[in-house]
Amino acid sequence: MIDFLFNYETLRIIWWVLLGVLLMGFAVTDGFDMGVGALLPFVAKTDIERRVAINTVGPVWEGNQVWFILGGGAIFAAWPALYALSFSGFYLAMFLVLFALILRPVGFKYRSKRESPRWRSNWDWALFIGGAVPALIFGVAVGNALRGVPFHFSTDLRPFYEGTLFGLLNPVALYCGLVSLTMLVMHGAAWLAFKAEGPVADRARVIGGKVALATAVLFAGGGVLVWLGLLGGYEVTSAIVWDGPSNPLGKTVIANSSAWLRNFRATPALCLVPALGIVAPLVAAAGFRARREGITFLASKLGVLCIIATVGLAMFPIILPSSSNPGHSLAVFDASSSRATLRNMLIATVIFLPLILAYTAWVYSVLWGKVSETSVRGAGSSAY
Amino acid sequence: MTSPLLVELSRLQFALTAMYHFLFVPLTLGLSIMLAMMETVYVMTGRTIWRDMVKFWGVLFGINFALGVATGITMEFQFGMNWAYYSHYVGDVFGAPLAIEGLMAFFLEATFVGLFFFGWEKLSARAHLVVTWLVALGTNFSALWILIANGWMQNPIGSAFNPDTMRMEVTDFMAVIFNPVAQAKFVHTVSAGYVCGAVFVLGVSAYYMLRGRHIELAKRSFVIASAFGIASSLSVIVLGDESGYAITDNQKMKLAAMEAMWETEPAPASFTAFGIPSMSDRTTHFAVHIPWVMGLIGTRSIDKEIPGIFELVQKAEGRIRDGLTAYDALEKLKVNHGDAAARASFDATSKDLGYALLLKRYIDDPRQATDDQIKQAAWSTVPEVPAIFFTFRIMVLCAFLLLAVFAISLWHTMRETPAPRWLFRIALIAMPLPWLAAELGWFVSEFGRQPWIIEGMLPTFLATSELGIPDLLITILGFTLVYGVLAVIEVKLMLQAIAKGPAVGANITPPIGEGTKIHLAAAQ
Repeated sequence: MIDFLFNYETLRIIWWVLLGVLLMGFAVTDGFDMGVGALLPFVAKTDIERRVAINTVGPVWEGNQVWFILGGGAIFAAWPALYALSFSGFYLAMFLVLFALILRPVGFKYRSKRESPRWRSNWDWALFIGGAVPALIFGVAVGNALRGVPFHFSTDLRPFYEGTLFGLLNPVALYCGLVSLTMLVMHGAAWLAFKAEGPVADRARVIGGKVALATAVLFAGGGVLVWLGLLGGYEVTSAIVWDGPSNPLGKTVIANSSAWLRNFRATPALCLVPALGIVAPLVAAAGFRARREGITFLASKLGVLCIIATVGLAMFPIILPSSSNPGHSLAVFDASSSRATLRNMLIATVIFLPLILAYTAWVYSVLWGKVSETSVRGAGSSAY
Repeated sequence: MTSPLLVELSRLQFALTAMYHFLFVPLTLGLSIMLAMMETVYVMTGRTIWRDMVKFWGVLFGINFALGVATGITMEFQFGMNWAYYSHYVGDVFGAPLAIEGLMAFFLEATFVGLFFFGWEKLSARAHLVVTWLVALGTNFSALWILIANGWMQNPIGSAFNPDTMRMEVTDFMAVIFNPVAQAKFVHTVSAGYVCGAVFVLGVSAYYMLRGRHIELAKRSFVIASAFGIASSLSVIVLGDESGYAITDNQKMKLAAMEAMWETEPAPASFTAFGIPSMSDRTTHFAVHIPWVMGLIGTRSIDKEIPGIFELVQKAEGRIRDGLTAYDALEKLKVNHGDAAARASFDATSKDLGYALLLKRYIDDPRQATDDQIKQAAWSTVPEVPAIFFTFRIMVLCAFLLLAVFAISLWHTMRETPAPRWLFRIALIAMPLPWLAAELGWFVSEFGRQPWIIEGMLPTFLATSELGIPDLLITILGFTLVYGVLAVIEVKLMLQAIAKGPAVGANITPPIGEGTKIHLAAAQ
């Protein structure tokens, strides 16, 4: 068992799954507080309403954000070439994400320190940017990953990105950005409907119903784009050596506009995942109207998971295709770190991830219950 | 080859963002432990003044913590953004401690810090105390893993270059974790953080004592801070970083630069208390030596020799020549992975590959290098001696000044008579010192490692991303603006919170401003 678990091929596939788990963990936890940030100007008009919205995520957003930080660390450790290439390639886009994310910790913490309406409205904008901008850019990044990004490696494996920031802002990628924005706004609305009371929750229900529907429609539209071959696609044409050295120069890959459907055609059962990616947001949309907040939030969560999983499944075993030198694309079998590192990191994950889930669950249970205007007013300094 | 300007801008950006980040980290390290200690006293004695203290210092902790987190996000991502070749080259080794930091430490810290602030009414006193300790534990574990990563950059053990993947890969992860340089740096750095926490509490308490406000809180805080401070500053000095400096050639070079020690001296070497080192003359003018001291500090012995700069440069030259064999073998392996002779030759010399890469600053193919270029490259292993020499001395001076402040403070707190006002003034003035020392310490450690990013393995000038100069200018300008604005806001909020002072005696502190009604019942 251990032998099987620790052979290079299994480890690579486990870490491909874990890469997805981290992205999904980030999207379902930090996703809702980014959604709340993006919704802030729309669901909450007065200061006390905004405080209600902010305090639904106040005590937990910090822990949630660690999924993002951990995602960065884990990509660095398990997929160093991906970390090197994507972060330097998407340089200015990453800077925008960082800029937006830097505003969040200070926005949450500093907003309540002064009563001046201008002070507070400035921080509200900071929280809005901190929620909406990353939600949009992450989708744009995924869209570009689907289309392929122009890059190559030198023989020293030094990465060279050949595109520009504006190259990243192509219509297809922007469409994916829209999917991810509506998806996370839906998730934020589901959280607010679940956790807040009063006008904030009411507005979240109305907006949530609409964006959940939009999420389902846009995601389905994305499927149509793939079907029409507009989102591109790449496939590995040389024999795959699953336990070979991590050197992306040793294979051949071709662009093939139907390649992203290949895995679903080969294993039709996988189609359940994108199907749920459409159905779950529809269930959420219905849940918003029926005021079934628990089910709505779970459906929203499932929708987020399935939408992200669909991308991974479509591209497997490719992680980041190169549009200019397809052979240099990063794939599960040639972009990972060494077997020893994957194994060490797996051991660390097996020890710590259950612990993290356990204490996070405990924290959420301590904070269980609705956030209302009265509870915020009454909580004194124990609320933002 | 990457343009030298791009390299310099990348270094500038890293220095700016890392040094800015480290304004907040040490205070988080120190204050989290002090909060946990104060709350322990509260739970053990049941005296509410101690809870009020935790809440008050907790407000300041929170203002600082937010910026520590915000600027830490940049740190996690800029290796990939600005140092792509570095990330590829060492991600297999360097990435793991960063990821484990997230798993083991940052999750703990960040998940419980919310409950620390919001859980007062939702948790029992004991449960809240556990939460506070978990936050403190998380921040300290965090420092441990970051310093394991940084320690490996100073002393890259447990790893080897793999010609099949063209990068460093881990061979012994336990060696990476238990790297002696990392352990020394960890103790040194967290102790420095504790000193920051202690000085901060001492200084703010002194301010209240001078103003005659919040005396009960200030008195107790002053005592805790002086006791904690004296222990921490002794730890910083006695368990100083220098214990790690005798281990590798480059660490030895850093030590020689700190001491401006050009020639190898017979053991035990003397300590240069003062002097003016000159890079061009390769000597130290007006040097004032104190016999024996350097040998004792640097080697903890009286018979081990500390090599001087000339000797180390000569050694580097030898390693460059050996590295050329490795470089040549690697080029052959790139063309033909199955070349057994090349592989054998590479395996024999690969530990010196990095030294051959130093020549890339002067020539594209190091194998074509002239004798002069090799000598030049050997001398490039010497960091900027005067800068290291002086910053190191200022750092040490700060440490001893702080030790004195804590010692006098503790002595006075143990006496019956009230402490004199001049002591409080000194405590207030001393507040910037630990930050100055910490920043200079990082400067000595990182600038002193140059020209290496991974010592002996990868020169800094090869490690950057292939970016345009405008990209760098935009982000440097952007970070400077954002960080600058946030710094102003942070300081203002700190001063505002200090001016407002603690809400002593109240069960629940009012949220903001005066006159806010407190609804005790609704707090549930």
